[in-house]
Amino acid sequence: MSKVKKTIKVIKINADLCNGCRACEVICSAFHASPKYSVNNPARARIRVVFDPVKNIYVPVYAGGYMAAECMGRDKYLIDGKEYEECAFCRSACPSRDAFKEPDSGLPLKCDMCEDDPPQEEPLCVQWCLADALTYEEREEEVDEELELDDMETGLRALADKYGFQNIVDAVARMSQKDEI
Amino acid sequence: MRYAETGYNLEIDLSTGNIEKVETDPKLTELHLGGLGTNAKIMWDRVPPEIEPFSPDNLLIFSSGLLGGTPAPAANRTIVTTISPQTRLVAFSMMGGFFAPELKFAGYDKVIIRGKSPGLVYLWIKDDEVEIRDASHLQGKGSLETSELIKQELNEPKAQVASIGLAGENRVYFSSIEHSRSSASRGGLGAVMGDKKLKAIAVRGTKDINIARPEEFIKLCNEVLQYIQWRADNPIKHVPPILAGLGSPQEMAIHDEEWHTTAFSWGNARYRRKDFWTEEVEKEWTKVQEGAVERLISCYNCPMKCGAVISYPSQELSKYMMKCYSKLTYVMGAMADDLEFGFRIAGLAQAYGVDGFSAPQVMAFAVELYENGILTDEDMPDFPADNEGRFFYLLEKIVRREGIGDVLANGVYWAARQIGKGAEEYDHNTIKKHEQIPIKLGMLNPIFFLLLATGEKINITQIEGQLPQAPFPNPEDRKEFVKDWIQAPSDRIKEFFLKWEPRGEYSFPFYPDFQTACELVEWQETMHYIDDALGLCAGLSSFPIKPPYHINNLPQIISAATGLDIDRDELWNKIIKRNRNLIRAANVRRGLRRKDDKPPQDHWRKRFPEHEAKLLDEYYKFKGWNKEGIPTKETLEGLGIGYVGEDLEKRGIYNEQSEEND
Ligand code: SF4
Ligand code: SF4
Ligand code: SF4
Repeated sequence: MSKVKKTIKVIKINADLCNGCRACEVICSAFHASPKYSVNNPARARIRVVFDPVKNIYVPVYAGGYMAAECMGRDKYLIDGKEYEECAFCRSACPSRDAFKEPDSGLPLKCDMCEDDPPQEEPLCVQWCLADALTYEEREEEVDEELELDDMETGLRALADKYGFQNIVDAVARMSQKDEI
Repeated sequence: MRYAETGYNLEIDLSTGNIEKVETDPKLTELHLGGLGTNAKIMWDRVPPEIEPFSPDNLLIFSSGLLGGTPAPAANRTIVTTISPQTRLVAFSMMGGFFAPELKFAGYDKVIIRGKSPGLVYLWIKDDEVEIRDASHLQGKGSLETSELIKQELNEPKAQVASIGLAGENRVYFSSIEHSRSSASRGGLGAVMGDKKLKAIAVRGTKDINIARPEEFIKLCNEVLQYIQWRADNPIKHVPPILAGLGSPQEMAIHDEEWHTTAFSWGNARYRRKDFWTEEVEKEWTKVQEGAVERLISCYNCPMKCGAVISYPSQELSKYMMKCYSKLTYVMGAMADDLEFGFRIAGLAQAYGVDGFSAPQVMAFAVELYENGILTDEDMPDFPADNEGRFFYLLEKIVRREGIGDVLANGVYWAARQIGKGAEEYDHNTIKKHEQIPIKLGMLNPIFFLLLATGEKINITQIEGQLPQAPFPNPEDRKEFVKDWIQAPSDRIKEFFLKWEPRGEYSFPFYPDFQTACELVEWQETMHYIDDALGLCAGLSSFPIKPPYHINNLPQIISAATGLDIDRDELWNKIIKRNRNLIRAANVRRGLRRKDDKPPQDHWRKRFPEHEAKLLDEYYKFKGWNKEGIPTKETLEGLGIGYVGEDLEKRGIYNEQSEEND
């Protein structure tokens, strides 16, 4: 495999500075609406703030990959005497929970670092986090070339896992015959 | 499609268990916006004056504002409206936190509650599923504990809960509705909720809110955020630190309490302690506060961090959330000196769910009555000797309505009349039967006089704002202040400020002239009424000096969000005036008259009865109200709510003999 230059985008999360305002969730969901900013709904955000004021728990977590099946077991963290909810830091949209899934379709959500044309100066959640709990850094690295799935492919992959690949193909064929797409 | 709002209300009848989702009339949004505006309309239409606060027919409305849940920063207020058992007028307290946005995401602008449940229940709203659930196991539980238990039993960690504590269950007239880090406290809304046997409302929503002109709207939101950042680096000069920044105010972050502790009065609104704030006190209090505050926290979509997670080792509830200056109200009411006591009792009081402004004043009033022999050991068996102990004792009695607590639970005004034996003399800091912030100053302030006297929100911090409370002595400083005062409503107001002096011709009480005084008052009040219709926090709008939201940018923000084309004139002179007059008329119908438009008796040492009467006359005229403070038929007609005038006429209110005023 050949080597390519890649920009590594890092959002640094300083959970100690998080004030639980959820502005990151608000703007993420608005930015990804179409047309842009026309709809806002934190349930569609690709970031979620794990939030329990009574335990003083405030941890922003980014949506990572989609998982077809849940893990064999769950993890549960205890840090500084605070017990976090099960799978608290997991970034996956997985069958065990509704985090990082579109509320209506159940399709998985993944942080895309606010890809935009022209590019945004910083991811939107970083721009809207005035508490500086989220900050942004970029650096260049040499990495192996690989194919990345885009949003639609990730969605299709999730559907295929749920219904079987052949069923999806059949459905698409039927729909195109009925001139529905 | 409906923009910014959902277009649906939830109607709940607790007597029958009936639940209905009702589409609202978009025309009402054009006329009243949302939040308090449409609440006022509903109260006018459905709660005539014959209905008592504790009647099943009294409504309890939980409303989001028109911008609530949109990306507009700090659009998170829940506006709770009902008839207050204490003032017997329309009460409309607001709370911050996360409740209103969540309600919108569930698909509703308001929850309108009527009737009375036979047993204690709570309401669970999850998008389209709405359920009335048994709450008998939550009876007597603290407000925060209740919300934690509900989230656990529903297995919904993301649900937002508004709940009452023991005080609300026992219909204490100054009980609050608590939610997360906030509370709707003024006017005893919690008592109405308790009377309806509604322990809590829990809500979780996953639906969309639409914006009409997204690009324009988000640009305006970004400008608001940029201005917030700019203000963080540019505090207002020549005012106390607590008033220099934005927020509502940031009591949990600021240690310098010289202004509150020396300018406000202690005990039963009696004594100013001008020498209280010493270096030693500051050091000690800073230590206590830093030990108690674990984290500064915000409300939904706001960066200001006005609240804090409090952890107190010596306390039954190991953690709670605090905001505003309730850390001081108990300390000062009890003449307690130590902030530690403030953190301890405020946590307990919040669990019981009482208003952090009224409760300490009621208790200070009781202590004064005891010290003056009006209340005795018979009324208060085993009354402790120390002030702190006394406050804990009284709190327990009040929230249980036990012994003397049953009387005190009705607040200073009613308790004084029930106790008699001269107790009325000690009721000197209430307006319209409600306890006020204990301020004690020298010279009459004509602007505050009008704000306090005529404000129906009953709480001065929710009526005034944006204007420095005192003139800047140096004219150069005034010029500098005015230079970038983009929030000012007119050049006349800027000119007023430029000339305003601490002493001499251009000072209180005869400066400013009547016209300017009226404009200043109406502008300040209008800003609050805008916030309450939009669900914006006053802390970024009507309250602080030079806020990011103001009369000159709000019309565009509302228009971009909703697609309605509302300019400044329409907003101020039509919609907000309409809302303001609707509230006034509803209260007039409940007996409010000129005699009730008074400031607290001991607010200022130097009073000017003739000038005050003239101020009131002129302000009424300015508002289009008659000599009794009643909106005239013509005024109401002009605002497109002629039906209100007809109702007042039918009730014979315009024909009353005007009473002699004091
Ligand atoms: S915007 Fe920042 S402070 Fe607010 S919840 Fe997100 S990470 Fe925390
Ligand atoms: S970087 Fe962009 S896509 Fe990712 S969570 Fe933040 S706002 Fe959402
Ligand atoms: S300014 Fe303070 S009180 Fe107001 S919304 Fe923001 S954090 Fe809440």
